[in-house]
Amino acid sequence: MLTIARTIVDAIVAHARGDHPDEACGVVAGPVDGDTPVRHIPMENAERSPTFYRFDSMEQLRVWREMDNRDERPVVIYHSHTATEAYPSRTDINLAGEPDAHYLLVSTREPDATEIRSFRIVAGAVTEEPVHVVDATVDPNAVQSYLFGQTPLGVDYECRPAS
Amino acid sequence: MAIEVRIPTILRSYTGGAKAVDGAGSTLGDLLVDLDAKHPGLRGRLITPEGGLHRFVNVYVNDEDVRFLAPSGLTALDAKLNDGDTVTILPAVAGGAFGLAALAALCLTHPAAPPTRPTLPPI
Repeated sequence: MLTIARTIVDAIVAHARGDHPDEACGVVAGPVDGDTPVRHIPMENAERSPTFYRFDSMEQLRVWREMDNRDERPVVIYHSHTATEAYPSRTDINLAGEPDAHYLLVSTREPDATEIRSFRIVAGAVTEEPVHVVDATVDPNAVQSYLFGQTPLGVDYECRPAS
Repeated sequence: MAIEVRIPTILRSYTGGAKAVDGAGSTLGDLLVDLDAKHPGLRGRLITPEGGLHRFVNVYVNDEDVRFLAPSGLTALDAKLNDGDTVTILPAVAGGAFGLAALAALCLTHPAAPPTRPTLPPI
């Protein structure tokens, strides 16, 4: 399961919406010994493309060094799909190089509903995981078919069947 | 000549879990040959069958991407190294909705099988 603060999810969605129809990408860093995403780092999509993303190599070096210096790791690596569902493409799977990261996908294909799903991608194998959004207000738009439970402190999104 | 090489998580299976190893060489290409002798298989994750640096691997010498360091007319593997340099290897973070078949063939983490010669039926 990915547990992530609502404020970070909102910032990621805002980034994805802002760059639409190009794909947006970024990282959420967190302490190296935990699994909590804390520090949102929107990254430049060096490809500036609606169908492809790539971190700028020099920005990546700077951010990865900064994480090292702060005893952080990339807990979440996110990008948006702007015309398709939030599920890893063949390209995403082949190029996934951080086996310990949660790969968060955001689909902005619908203008008024944003799909968010999280995956582990290890050696070509994709495993979807639930997303637990902490400190969520109960947003009626969040109550979709894949919502299985909610509490005053969080909203859980169940995995959707693989397509 | 000692060069510190920083190894990303995904390749630490080749270095016994070590985050950094020492290597030697006057160019990046030489360094990778030296590393492969100590950590067999590592070079194959970085170099294509044609002998170039994988498109989706970033290699830096100190603060520079080797793709911008190579002498003109030469490749990234010709980038010069000096004693005390630090080489950092990072998997490119890339992907996208469009499933390019060409990307699959170029990938770092899940290499495609080498092309096989089609077998013709006996005459």
